[in-house]
Amino acid sequence: MAGPDKRRDGTGSRGSRLLGAGALVSVAALIVLAFVATDADVRTHPTTGEEFGQFDAVRMLYLHVPLAVLMYVAFVVCAVASAGVLLRRTAWWDVTAYAAAEVGTVLCGLVLVTGSIWGRPVWNTWWEWGDVRLMTTLVLFLLFVGYLALRRTTTDPRLQARRAAVVALVAVLDIPLINRSVVWWENRTLHQQSTLAELKIEDLTLFTLMFGFLAFGLVAWWLLVHRFRVGWLEQAATDYDVAIALAERRFETSATDLDAAIGRRDNREDPV
Amino acid sequence: MTHAGYLVAGWGISLVVLGGYALGLVRRGRRLAPRVPVDRRRWIDSPGSDRG
Repeated sequence: MAGPDKRRDGTGSRGSRLLGAGALVSVAALIVLAFVATDADVRTHPTTGEEFGQFDAVRMLYLHVPLAVLMYVAFVVCAVASAGVLLRRTAWWDVTAYAAAEVGTVLCGLVLVTGSIWGRPVWNTWWEWGDVRLMTTLVLFLLFVGYLALRRTTTDPRLQARRAAVVALVAVLDIPLINRSVVWWENRTLHQQSTLAELKIEDLTLFTLMFGFLAFGLVAWWLLVHRFRVGWLEQAATDYDVAIALAERRFETSATDLDAAIGRRDNREDPV
Repeated sequence: MTHAGYLVAGWGISLVVLGGYALGLVRRGRRLAPRVPVDRRRWIDSPGSDRG
């Protein structure tokens, strides 16, 4: 005899399980590509013959760049959903915005950390306060940490949704600044201009980078789906609790009325 | 391999954080699901389906 199906107890579905399996396999394949199949970045100076380049630190490329692009995507999804909150005022848009903001903030934190770790061997520094791209990314991270904190300041779901939507729409304006900072403030950043746009990488390195977008894209998609479902459950649980409390209150009121009516009748039938 | 410590730290922290966050989401979902009627969980396959 079959027991209760544990798989029905959470946020999983057949589709999300397939997605999760695909993400795990892709990340495993990416690790093999990044650490085994691709070569280190070693170049030889044409005149001195001296070796230079990023050496094995270049393997951070396949991690840091996909995380950064997916962070942008998550925050743009949050902004679109936030516009939906203000225009449509439905729970679906709000739950989507909240989910994308949380996933985006996790990715943004990782972008800052992996960037710092990559910067140490390549630029000889963990952090550079004068670097415009670093600072604008830090500002974006702090803005969305504020967004998540704001969502906990009120229990009124409509007020929470509207306030958060406005903050998200303002915060997302930082993304073009981050993206264009290497062009607009060329002399105030350690970052190079777009490697992809200038096609400075090719062959297996380019393939591995593209595969990194796919692998971490699947991971981010899985996280977004499950975070959405958690948010949906939170909202449904609150609605359900409120409905039960209202029903109990109505029942109590009815019982009090009934008691009062019975009391009046008893008093009438049995005067002292 | 050069810079092995940086690579282990960067990749390790990222995979641990993403894995931990994913695990946390699954746990949050499992904790909340019993408080919500099945018909409000739209992603669940229909009860007659054995796909899980």
